[in-house]
Amino acid sequence: MLDVRGLKKVYEGSGRRVEAVRDLTFTVEAGELVCLVGPSGCGKTTLLKCMGGLLAPTAGDVLLEGRRVTGPPPGMAFVFQEYGRSLFPWMRVGENVELPLKQKNLSRSRRRELVADALRSVGLADAAGAYPWQLSGGMQQRVAIARALAYEPRVLLMDEPFAAVDAQTRADLEDLVRGLWRERGITILFVTHDIDEAVYLGERVVVLSASPTVVQEQLKVDLPDERDQLHTRVAPRFAELRTHVYEQIQAAKRGTPVVTVTKSDTPPLH
Amino acid sequence: MRGSGIALGTAGLAAFLALGEAVPRLGLVKEAYFPPTSRIASALVDEVRDGAFWTALGDTLTGWALGLAIAVSAGVVVGVLVSVVPYLREATASTIEFLRPIPSVALIPLAVLLYGTELRSVLLLVVYASFWQVLVQTLYGVQDVDPVADETARSYGLGTWARVRHVLWPTALPYVMTGVRLAASVALILAITAELVIGAPGLGKRIAVAQTSQAVPEMYALIVVSGLLGLCINVGARTVERRALAWHQSVRGEVAV
Repeated sequence: MLDVRGLKKVYEGSGRRVEAVRDLTFTVEAGELVCLVGPSGCGKTTLLKCMGGLLAPTAGDVLLEGRRVTGPPPGMAFVFQEYGRSLFPWMRVGENVELPLKQKNLSRSRRRELVADALRSVGLADAAGAYPWQLSGGMQQRVAIARALAYEPRVLLMDEPFAAVDAQTRADLEDLVRGLWRERGITILFVTHDIDEAVYLGERVVVLSASPTVVQEQLKVDLPDERDQLHTRVAPRFAELRTHVYEQIQAAKRGTPVVTVTKSDTPPLH
Repeated sequence: MRGSGIALGTAGLAAFLALGEAVPRLGLVKEAYFPPTSRIASALVDEVRDGAFWTALGDTLTGWALGLAIAVSAGVVVGVLVSVVPYLREATASTIEFLRPIPSVALIPLAVLLYGTELRSVLLLVVYASFWQVLVQTLYGVQDVDPVADETARSYGLGTWARVRHVLWPTALPYVMTGVRLAASVALILAITAELVIGAPGLGKRIAVAQTSQAVPEMYALIVVSGLLGLCINVGARTVERRALAWHQSVRGEVAV
């Protein structure tokens, strides 16, 4: 579905050469929910922007359904961390959600339908007439998610979407994303720096090394499909997985030689 | 608070008018050059009854409105183009900085040479003065586009034109509005200056005529009219601004989150 092959991104400018991403290769299968974690500053956002066609990689390819990504592909939607800047303050919530649809040659009634449906699924059915800045942070990020849903993407890229909201809102939004994923069967790539969030949400976790970035490890999250904040987070297996990811990230920070593990591998039981 | 502000403002204005009445009457200044408020007021009433006054007012407003319209459209179009086309901004920056400070009144001889006392003379000066206000504000406004907003638009497949319309223009609008408000005031100043100096028909010319024919109260009355005109233009521009920018931080009130 989504292939990243030998991706490399070097920023060059003002006499400084920064190798943000060295060599990344991984695959996201159709309908999968994959979380990318890595130490801060490891080039997660760069990677995601390359995948979304917003940045051209220095080397390597991103393939969406076998086709090379050269610009933002139509079947892909992006949810940014900075919801306050990503939503347009001059448009009402409904208009914000509808704007991308106007590029898709849909009938007015179909657009209305999609907007109403997307807002309903994020629990904001009656907020269409409000301006984004009249809503709380969590609600704004819901609007951004609704905008992505209404676009009917096959792949949803989320760049640390909940890093700026409070812990309780965050838990709600995590459940929302998992719910939407199960309901709609969208392929989701979720970037986060929060290990617990990655393990709680993902079917698979890709651990990135420190910059210059490579894949440190990939691991399958063998928690049950039905997850909830109360029980999943205290399950012994959850603790094992998060400990394992945590160790990997610590190792990544120290720069321990990378052992690439195939994605079907699961960490040993402690 | 608001009520007392209005009351104080009215009282201040009344005191100012009373002072204007008293100072010449007490002989502190010569009445011939500085007539008391009441004489200016009665001259104003006479003006308002005169058909020629309304024609002059119409001429001034025509020059103002036409000139402003041309300057705003040109300023916005040039501003957006210069910002959107790569390298154009850097290439034009020095020229803009050179041309902008040239006072519009310095072009009066040129205007007379080119167009004599026609409306076009007034337009040349008005457009030159107000164009820069709009252009510079548009340039600042376009630079203010949030990279995240722009990336959002790009990620959803919005093309160049759609991004100009839905992201760049709304971002620049608050700046453009400020530019238009400044330009509206400058345009009036230049319209009246042009009429006064060149002798193109309008309020300015009428002021000059009143002055040369020793009709001092009428001259003051006309000055009062131009002042009121400026006031109306500013209030009008601010109202339009508030309507158009209801979503903007500077206009929207405190929001309960």
